[in-house]
Amino acid sequence: MKISVIITLKKDVLDPQGKVIHQTLDGMGFNNVNEIRQGKYFEINTRESDPKKAQEQIEEMCKKLLANLVIENYKIIDAQ
Amino acid sequence: MKSSVITFPGSNCDRDMDVALKKFGFKNKMIWHDDAELPKSDLVVLPGGFSYGDYLRCGSMASKSKIMKSVLNFANSGGMVMGICNGFQILVETGLVPGVLLRNKYLEFICKNVFVKINNKHNTYFKNIDSEVLKFHIAHNEGNYFCTKDQLKEIEDNEQIAINYCDKDGKIEEQFNPNGSLKNIAGIFNKEKNVFGMMPHPERMIDTALSGEDGSLFFNNLINNLK
Repeated sequence: MKISVIITLKKDVLDPQGKVIHQTLDGMGFNNVNEIRQGKYFEINTRESDPKKAQEQIEEMCKKLLANLVIENYKIIDAQ
Repeated sequence: MKSSVITFPGSNCDRDMDVALKKFGFKNKMIWHDDAELPKSDLVVLPGGFSYGDYLRCGSMASKSKIMKSVLNFANSGGMVMGICNGFQILVETGLVPGVLLRNKYLEFICKNVFVKINNKHNTYFKNIDSEVLKFHIAHNEGNYFCTKDQLKEIEDNEQIAINYCDKDGKIEEQFNPNGSLKNIAGIFNKEKNVFGMMPHPERMIDTALSGEDGSLFFNNLINNLK
């Protein structure tokens, strides 16, 4: 089973990389962008076939390693 | 006094720390991250470097390595654990000290000498130290200290802020903040003050011919406090 996870920075956390990407896009002529926040994306291929169990395990992974909950949120998407 | 320096894959200040600790009288042992047992130590040091190539988040992989279970037990039973630079990043990832270290505000790797002001001397690391301001070296890409508002209140209430970036006279202002750290924070303690993490490298300031002597001041004072 394949499950995807998206990690995003929390609202109040400074994202200088997103800011620079935004500025660069501005310079390229894409000047209607309000804000860019950079995040991370994981594709996890697990041997667990029970979707509920798999989801729970991935949630544990997010909390314990994939995300740092002081600054990041995680969202599990796209289980297939 | 016995010390242990943990070497992770990608650590590169472990030998500098070994040299510094020995110079000031510690009997130091180098410990591999994949060992399970920590030898009897009065001080455990997590050194600087780029453990696991800074993959995912700086320090995140190293914080889960085998030896860290023993380090956590040691710290939780009151043992002295100090993390320098990447070691500080590892400490925040274990949760032993609160907060995180983000990418530097202006996206530059910063390598220079800085001044830090000692904020709290009621602990084994800085008790009796004969100075208010220390000149240390920093070299990092992710040293921008950040924590939530609740955590900030907690670390301020518990006097967990150890050192702040400042000028040579100890003035703590935004212009002397090299990396965007919240409140110019350069190092913090856990609640009990036995765990200490900081971005600056005292081990790079132990030789007058090469640098300065403020690291010598720090290590000399530390070993005397431990005796």
